[in-house]
Amino acid sequence: MNSPTGFAQRAAVALSDKSLRANFRRAMDGLMEKRKAQFPDRQALEALRDKGAAIRANALSKLPDLLERLEANCTANGIQVHWAATVAEGNAIISEILGKHHARLVIKGKSMVSEEMHLNHHLQQQAIDAIESDLGEYIIQLAGETPSHIVMPCIHKNLDQIARLFADNIPDQAYTEDVDALTAAARRVLRERFAAADAGLSGVNFAVAETGTLVLIENEGNGRLSTTLPSLHIAVTGIEKVVESLSDIPPLLALLPRSATGQPITTYVNMISSPRRPGEKDGPTEVHLVLLDNGRSKVYADPHLRDTLRCIRCGACMNHCPVYGRVGGHAYDAVYPGPIGKILMPQLDGLEAKGDLAHASTLCGACAEVCPVKIPIPDILVHLREESVNPTGAVAHSHFSGTLERTIWSMWTMVNTSPKLYRLFLWGATRFGNLMPGRLFKRWTLVRTRPQFARASLHEQAASEGFGDG
Amino acid sequence: MRTLDKPEKVYFFGTCLMDTVYPEAGLAAMRLLKREGITVVFPQSQSCCGQPARNSGYAPDAIEVATRQLDAFSENWPIVVASGSCAGMMRHHYPKMFAGTNDEARAAAFADRIYEFSWFLVHVLKIDLRDHGEPIRVAFHTSCSSRREMQIVDEPLRLLSQLSNVTIVPFARETECCGFGGTFSIKQPDISSAMATDKMTAIVESGAQAVVSGDCGCLMNIGGTLEKAGHPVRPVHLAQFLWERSHE
Repeated sequence: MNSPTGFAQRAAVALSDKSLRANFRRAMDGLMEKRKAQFPDRQALEALRDKGAAIRANALSKLPDLLERLEANCTANGIQVHWAATVAEGNAIISEILGKHHARLVIKGKSMVSEEMHLNHHLQQQAIDAIESDLGEYIIQLAGETPSHIVMPCIHKNLDQIARLFADNIPDQAYTEDVDALTAAARRVLRERFAAADAGLSGVNFAVAETGTLVLIENEGNGRLSTTLPSLHIAVTGIEKVVESLSDIPPLLALLPRSATGQPITTYVNMISSPRRPGEKDGPTEVHLVLLDNGRSKVYADPHLRDTLRCIRCGACMNHCPVYGRVGGHAYDAVYPGPIGKILMPQLDGLEAKGDLAHASTLCGACAEVCPVKIPIPDILVHLREESVNPTGAVAHSHFSGTLERTIWSMWTMVNTSPKLYRLFLWGATRFGNLMPGRLFKRWTLVRTRPQFARASLHEQAASEGFGDG
Repeated sequence: MRTLDKPEKVYFFGTCLMDTVYPEAGLAAMRLLKREGITVVFPQSQSCCGQPARNSGYAPDAIEVATRQLDAFSENWPIVVASGSCAGMMRHHYPKMFAGTNDEARAAAFADRIYEFSWFLVHVLKIDLRDHGEPIRVAFHTSCSSRREMQIVDEPLRLLSQLSNVTIVPFARETECCGFGGTFSIKQPDISSAMATDKMTAIVESGAQAVVSGDCGCLMNIGGTLEKAGHPVRPVHLAQFLWERSHE
């Protein structure tokens, strides 16, 4: 058995960090309220979620075809398309493009796929500086950390912590908790980098097959600067981000920011459809699109798991998850944390490495309830649990559950399939259950008293009160 | 919405937690149904719905146990379940679990006969309760499976509102999971404990004298946490609470 307690151990550490818990609780409470305010009409919300789910399901049902059309239409628009089966291939493609341009400084818009690729680290090894320009990403880059949330990467930090980080790391920056002053400091540093950057790198929210358009939404304008100011723009995305037509975009935009941050729409909606054309005054002269697989086609091939790829990365599942909200993103030790991470990471990285995440849920269903594209996260979690104890499926590796657990379930099944044995079990539990040693209840009794078995079972009491058997 | 005329006879599914820890809750539910003029049948060959195995990834075990329930509740009578969690399992997961097997049709028909207890009282029996109890403030905790699988939200509150001396008090983050999650409470003890503690705190701060729920799992979790911390808030199943207050 691989380290099944890995998540549990990291979670225990996170739970004892009072400041972390307070930061997350405050942030998640606020985000849930803001989302709720955006969807006052339940029926309208449900209709929109149905639409969003249908758009994404349709795109996935024709994925190979749409990807070919996306490539053809991007190419026709002058966007150079590259296919990367693995992270290593993706990084090599990007290095090669940057190498041709002798690029030394890359300014980055926010991209979770680049996190998945550990791109910054890879570029650093080739003496290329990659600077994050999204404020949240900039903050965690200063701190040398990874994002703890896919939309709000530094949500685990509070104002004092950020103020301290800026004072310690930005030259001539005095300690201040004035948010405007902090933002101005980041802007001052980043503006210089924008002007000096040899290349811009961004993610993609949606890639439209029909028109060869890359849709990128953001609030700070840094995404637009990253994709228009340098003469070279490289966009990276997962192969699942494709949608069929431009008319698919408005419903998805009506869902994504409202679900994510409770905004009616983001400040910037960028539609990138080509490099600078003759006669145009700005924009990059070269645009590249890197399409990363990294295990997605394997997910796509499994009908039980394919719905995972509908995800539009809004993070609403995290914002509403009672587990994520208590332990934060880093406890998952995964690029994608929270409920979507619990189903995606074991599929991308394998059950061996990330299978324990599938067990870190009460299956309360808060995630599926708010998911804008209706991914049945609890059902997929249960499916992954099945694969983790009976490895035959697409993501199966060697994560066998313990033989003790297997034995316990076999006994449980034996008892519950035989009315005679079950009644014998009831008799024993009600007569002797309370005599069991307390250590058997150790995990339960951390904060609870142990359950008290009744003196007679419902089976017995129903019969003695005259409730018939059939 | 589903409709059902008041039947003469119903099955009662007792759940394994009622069987071992909370039999008085199951008995109260059956007494309430009986008082409304319904013949209640309790098949002695029933056991567990199979959910613990299903949720832990042991699907074949869950199917074996579920098959025994299909056998035990073979007549075409409605099956009343005083647990949103077990009801959700049998109503929504059985059809998927048995899809493509010889029992597919039988499981679908079985699932169709599943009724959550509070829903049955409100919509089928249109029950009218009289309160004979002392004034009391109660917090009502809806289980996640009641809320999200069985779509039960206001039925328990409508029942409690019929009791004239009962005041329902709101508490913080009512829709949040209490942290039980079956085997989750053992597999992730620290997170589960943190969730249970937060739920307990919210209930204590509400000033409630009792916490009522339609699910024994949540009750065992919240009740055990209250007891360990020494708070005199009584955990009680909805069926038992309704029975205690309304019988003369």
